[in-house]
Order: sequence, then C-alpha cells, then structure tokens
Amino acid sequence: MIELTAAQAAAAIKTGDLDAREYFDVYRERAAADALNAYTWVAEAAPEIDASGPLAGVPVAIKDLFCTEGVPSQAGSKILEGYRPPYTATSVANLQRAGGTLLGKTNQDEFAMGSSTENSAFGPTLNPWDTARVPGGSSGGSAAAVAAGTAPWSIGTDTGGSIRQPAALCGIVGLKPTYGAISRYGMIAFASSLDQAGPFTRDVTDSALLLSAMVGADPCDSTSIGLPGPVELPTRTDLKGIRLGVPAELSGEGIEPGVLAAFNDTLDRARALGATVETMHLPHAPHGLAAYYLIAPAECSSNLARYDGVRYGFRAPGQATLLDMYTATREQGFGAEVKRRIMLGTYALSSGYYDAYYGRAQKVRTLIAKDFTDAWERFDFVVTPTAPGVAFELGAKTADPLAMYVNDVCTVPMSLAGIPAISIPNGLSEGLPTGFQITGPAFSENRILDAAFALEQAIGFDGGKARA
Amino acid sequence: MTAYEPVIGLEIHVQLKTRTKMFCGCALSFGEEPNTRTCPVCLGLPGTLPVTNAQAVQYGIMMGLALGCEIAPRSIFHRKNYFYPDLAKGYQISQYDIPLCLGGRLGDVRIHRIHLEEDAAKLVHVGTSGRIHGSDASIVDYNRGGTPLAEIVTEPDIHSAEQARDWLQLLRETLRQLGVSDVNMEEGSLRCDANVSIRPAGSSELGTKTELKNMNSFRFVMQGINAEIARQTALLEAGEAVVQETLHFDPTSGRISSLRSKEEAHDYRYFPEPDLVPLVPTPEMLEAAQAAIPELPAERSARYERDFELAPDTAYLFSFEPEWGDYFERAADGADARATAIWVTELRSRGGDVPPETLAKLVALVGAKTVTAAAGRTILDTLIAEGGDPAQIAERDGLTALEDSGELEAIVAKVIAEHPDVVERIQGGNAKAMGALVGPIMRETKGRADGGEVNRLLRAALGL
Repeated sequence: MIELTAAQAAAAIKTGDLDAREYFDVYRERAAADALNAYTWVAEAAPEIDASGPLAGVPVAIKDLFCTEGVPSQAGSKILEGYRPPYTATSVANLQRAGGTLLGKTNQDEFAMGSSTENSAFGPTLNPWDTARVPGGSSGGSAAAVAAGTAPWSIGTDTGGSIRQPAALCGIVGLKPTYGAISRYGMIAFASSLDQAGPFTRDVTDSALLLSAMVGADPCDSTSIGLPGPVELPTRTDLKGIRLGVPAELSGEGIEPGVLAAFNDTLDRARALGATVETMHLPHAPHGLAAYYLIAPAECSSNLARYDGVRYGFRAPGQATLLDMYTATREQGFGAEVKRRIMLGTYALSSGYYDAYYGRAQKVRTLIAKDFTDAWERFDFVVTPTAPGVAFELGAKTADPLAMYVNDVCTVPMSLAGIPAISIPNGLSEGLPTGFQITGPAFSENRILDAAFALEQAIGFDGGKARA
Repeated sequence: MTAYEPVIGLEIHVQLKTRTKMFCGCALSFGEEPNTRTCPVCLGLPGTLPVTNAQAVQYGIMMGLALGCEIAPRSIFHRKNYFYPDLAKGYQISQYDIPLCLGGRLGDVRIHRIHLEEDAAKLVHVGTSGRIHGSDASIVDYNRGGTPLAEIVTEPDIHSAEQARDWLQLLRETLRQLGVSDVNMEEGSLRCDANVSIRPAGSSELGTKTELKNMNSFRFVMQGINAEIARQTALLEAGEAVVQETLHFDPTSGRISSLRSKEEAHDYRYFPEPDLVPLVPTPEMLEAAQAAIPELPAERSARYERDFELAPDTAYLFSFEPEWGDYFERAADGADARATAIWVTELRSRGGDVPPETLAKLVALVGAKTVTAAAGRTILDTLIAEGGDPAQIAERDGLTALEDSGELEAIVAKVIAEHPDVVERIQGGNAKAMGALVGPIMRETKGRADGGEVNRLLRAALGL
C-alpha cells in the first residue's frame, strides 16, 4: 500500500479498490512508529473521512508552523511549547476541504530558521537515507516523513529554500510556488515578504495535485492572489523547443563535484528530450545570500516580537518586573539561531543603519528580480542544482552559521524574486540524493510542473530504498 | 524683559467610528466586558495577518478632502516596533513617511499630514493607586486594541493657548459633522498632544520644542499649554535652555513633569509592513468620499456671513449647530435674514419646536410692526406651548400693536398723572428718570406699544 503515490491512492479510494480509513491507519501507525523524529504530533485516530473530494481522504503531514485548531502548533520552538491555536491556517483548511486529512505535525528548524532541522527545540530530525545525516531544513520533518514513507505527502514552507533544499537532500519533490499563490494566513511567520507554503511529494504528479488543493486568494491575507488558472496535472514527455538557462553563478564554484556531475547528466537528458541548454548570467545572484540574511532577519526581529510571555506560550517564571519577564522569557524560550537572527535584524533596522543594511538589501532584491525578468526574454526556465551538496552529517555545520547559510545559495535568489521553483530528485552522489531545480517566471507553475514531469521520467529516480 | 512668541503645533489622534477594527473583523468596543471584542488577529496570535479596513480608509480620505489635503495616490503602512503589553504584536501598524494625506488647511492653521494607524489596548492598574506606580498588578484589556485611529498633525501655526483651544474646537466640530468620529475628549476618542516652543517676538527661528502629551479636555489643553509657555519663559529668562523632552501635564496640580528626554527616545525601527499591500485609492473611492462630505462649519460660517450678512458670532453658532443653521435657512427663505436669525436664536435659547414657516410668519409680523418685539416673544412662547398661527394668536390674545396713537396718548397722560414725583425729577433735569414712566406704560399696553412711539409721546407731553 505504501508503494502507491498519493494520486494513485486517491484514485484507488475513489474506485473503491482502497479503503480510505484503512489507508489512513497504515500511515498513522507508520508515523507513530517513526524513528527519525520527523513528527512533533501524530493523530491518535482516523478522522471522519469524506472521500468525495479530489484528495479523497489521503492523509497529509503538516509542518509544525501551520496553525491547526486544537492541535499543537509550536513552530519548533520552546516558546510555543504546547500551544494549540484556536483556528486553522487557510492553506490547511483548503486541503481539508479538498478531502485531505491531518496525519501529523512535522518537525522543523525553530521558526523555520535553519537548513538542517537541527535548530528544533524538539531535537533534530534524521535523514532516512543515512540517519547520521540531516534531512535539510527548515522543513526537514516534512521532507523526511515523505522520503521515509511515513506520510504519502506533506506540506512545508519555503523562505529561502526550506522546501526545495530538504526535498533535494531527501530525494523527493519539493515545490515553492509564486509568492502569493497560497495564503500565508495561519502560517507562523518567519519573514513575511518571503514565506510561502508548498507541497512535498514523491513525484511531480502528486506535487501538482497537492498544490491544486492549496492555492487561492484569501481575504485574510492581503498579499495572496492565487494562480491565474487551475493547476493541471502534468502530461508532457518531451522538452521540444524549451530553452533552459544555466546561470554560471549558481552552477560552478562551490558546488560539490558529485552534485555537479548529476546536474550535468540531467542537462544531457534535457537536450535529448529536445531542449536547448545555454549558460547565462544572473549577475546579482551572488549577492542574494547577503541580501537575504538582512531582509529575513529584519522581518523576523519584528515578527517574533509577539512572543513576550504576556498572552500565550512560554513565560519565564519568578520574574519581578515586566522587563525581567520579557528578557527571561525570550532568553529561555528562543534557541541560539533565532536569537542570532533577531539581533541581526534589530541591528539592520536600527536608526542610522537602516539605509546601509535593510535599504540596500532591498535594492539588491530588486536587482535580482530584474536579473530573472531579463532572463525570461531568452529562456523558458533557469535550472540549477538545488543545493550545493548532499546531506551533511549531524553537527557538521552547527558551529559555523555561515557554512550553514551557504546551503541556501541556489534557492535564495528565487525567494527574493518571489518566483516559483521546483526541486526534483536527480540521482545519487556518494549514495545520497541530489536535487535538480527548475525556476520559471511568476505564475508559471503549470509549465514548471510539465517540464519537471518530463525530466522526472527521463531521470527515473527510485526513492524506494529510503522507505524500506 | 524680552517678549516671547509661543509657537505651537498640535498632533491629534482621532478614533474613527467604523463598524470594525482597523485590521480585523472585531466590532469596536464601547465599554463591553474586557477582552470580549477580540479575535486571533487583534490578539496578535501566531500566524495571523492584518487586512486594512476599507471604511477607515474612506474616513481618512474624507478627512483629507475636508481639510484640503492632497490624497496620496499610493501610501503604505509601516511597523513601529516596541515592546509593551498593550501592543499585542510587539509593533503598531502605522503610516510613516508616505501617509494617506499631505498638506491642507483648516481655518488659520495649516495641516501637515494625516495618517492612519491602529490604537493600542488598555492597561488597567490594579490596586489602590489606580496608576502604574504603586499598583499591585497590571492587566490588559484588548477590546480597544486595533481600533482605527487617524492622526492629524498641524504645522506650527498656532501662537497662543486660546488659539489652540479655539482651533481644536473647530476641528472637533468639523470631524463630528463629517461623521467619522465621536470626538469625545473625555472618553479618549479625540486625544491631543501639543508641541510647544517659544521665541523672541519678531524672530523667525524656531526655539527648542517640548511635547505635551494627552490632554483630555479643551480646558486642559489651554491650561497645559499656558503652563508650558510660562515654564519655558522662566527658563529662558533665567538664562537656561529649554531641553527637548516629552512632558505630562497634571491638571490637578497644574504641574508639568518629564516623561522622557530626547536621549531616552525609542528607536522604533520603522520598516514597511510586509503583510499589507500599498493603499492605492481608486477614482471611485475618491468620488465616494467626496460625495459623503457635508458642508462643514468653516464653509457654512463664511457662507452665512457672505450671503445672509449675519454677524460672525451668529454665523459661527449656526455652523457649529448645523441643525439650527438648516432651520435658519428654511425660516429665512425670502425673508429678512438678519431679523430671522435673531428669532431663531430666541427659539434656540427657549428650546422649543416651531415649524420654520411659522417662525417666518412671526418674523414678518414683527417686521411689519403689526406686533412689537415684546409681543412677538409672548407669541413665540405661545407657539412653543400650544402651536398655532402667529397672526391669529396676536388677534386672539390682543397683542397687536396699538395703531392709532389716540389710545396710547391717553395711557401716557394717565401714567404721567399718576407719577407727579417722577415728572418733577424729569423737569428738574434728570432725563433718565423717564424710564420710570415707560415701564408702567408698557404694562398698561400689555407690550403692544412701540417703544419709540412711547418715547416720542412722553417727550411731547412733558415738553422735552
């Protein structure tokens, strides 16, 4: 049963060949027995299942930071330990309306800040391909759960690569849609202008199916606009006439040789399918990381101000004054990486420094977006490796924040530009999965899914080993 | 001794009378049980997002248009970051360098800007003191949190506490008639801060200013500003400098105390609110706002002086009480406007309900000298008490003016005969004593005699 993709399972449930409740229970038991620390909460029993919707009752694992009514939603942080929100995030409610059922909540880097899921207050998640290694992050729990087959599919959030990088490191498909395609209402915020929800799936067809159930403009999120048309299931098997641009800045220096070799192999596959492949430039992309690590911390320093111990979540006991309570609550409630970013962001927004840091970073962001706009005049897609390396060992980069940040080098420019990108499994390097990233213009999700589908068939990746 | 000129600018926070809060769907609170008008958004729960209230935007545009401001084609919200328990999100959503309205003028004071923002929640200090110092605990009522506010900032065009008070009254009445706010200073729906500085008279440079916070009545605004002008004057005369700081005026003691100095000022780390899209008013929004603006006091007052030649005081009264202004215009239709205005104020001070056409008939009777002014007041009382037609009441109650002077002459002669002592004083050179004869004559005629005619007859009879 677990060898079925989610779309296959949904079809089988609809034809009556598969019992939705039985299917849910199989996954519920697998999730409950998970040894990777991918889950922070697992449903105790199957809910009432209505299999009439497009998702036919197929269970979904949800990243911890999505608010789910009455269910722990802690964003991987001690400061929200035990917090059960009184409402459900719009994207999750959309999934449920389409017939998705809540299987569990998945582990993540605290407030989505990290690239390894080691920054969780609830312990690190392990990579199912090698449990000595990280699954990537910040949505590491969601990625590990799908790769290990403890969930048919899952959703996560991507701020600078938090869907695409763990998808690559776990050998699954991860899609970051256009900013605004999916409502952010009910997503516990990290960096508001960058955060975007998206699906983790075993294959590209599942990705399209899950995406179709999440998208839509939401009156509760002024920055949401949905997609211009319905999400189509991909069918394309060739890439005739497709022009692929390979940015020199993101496909050479700093990429592990094995990852690069796998990337080049797939460029050959693309050519064989009829695509043209040409090296091009995103001249400002190398500044993406620097801009990102000013903008995201600046926004997070403000977004996380609400965790003050006054209304909900953790409050440090025994403090005499308001200031003492604030200080002790945030000192004890936040982890080191979150505190580092709050301090970075506070500094970047301070009077006298704003123009030099936040203001300048926003200008770089505009230039990066323009690099892509210029690229669309000559190319249908920009393709890169998703991450510069394969999954690294636990603890390998925790002492060096900059080494950790470099993991996002290939994914951050698309986040800054607000454009969609997908990571598909691209074979192994040293026995570990690598990812191939396809980026397109805003709202080109259907075309990206089609191209990804064609390449997926050509690559023929088998992720079964991780589900064993 | 140097003479100083005060230079004053005001910052006014206006709670908008919208149905719901600035960024969520909670109804506004009017003294409900604490924390009953809240939702995940205004409590700042994790994951929630603000959505701008369209009605608040329309009210902001109406205020801007009414005060002659330029409406920004695109304005944005910022986050003002600081920690305090009355601020659920740890930041206030406000407008910063690109506000909704720029420039403008009301009366003799220029408007610098108007921007929209959300109000903070209310802290209640538990314990005998009732204030934050010495309280046992502080508890938060989030009902007020997120109430829409418009902040109006004036240019420093005000030069006395009295001018500040008068202008604030004009602004308050303007906003009340716009219908955008309850403008109640005691209840906090209108709150005023004043930036005060002084400079040697004739100088064009600005002195160091201080900010006087939250004066919650017109009287306190005037007292506070006067106290601060006196304090700054004393400092300068003693050769000391005014320090830029934020001050609190205590109306009971009349004393001014420092809240914080410039050095202690917060760094609010303003940055554009990424959860909201820019505010871009459409032509339809601007038209709808324009259409919703009634004639406002300053305009109405000028029109009454110009078109009806009313005295400034009367024009001002009818503009601040536009229901009386409207009444006046109906009664004065085709009649003597100034005379009508006098009778409308008579009716207003009596507080009665008389149809304007009926009052117009009364004004015409008096104007034609069919009844005297005194008899007219008696008729007005009757109209208020029982209604009816002024001419019929005059006839019925015998209040028509004495037309042939024969009857009046007889009464004059009778009264002179009855008061020989008064006559003696008058003829002895005390002309003023004649007043002692006018009273009894008026009584005899039940107010039906014309005062001028009585005087003329008296003088003739006494040979003056």
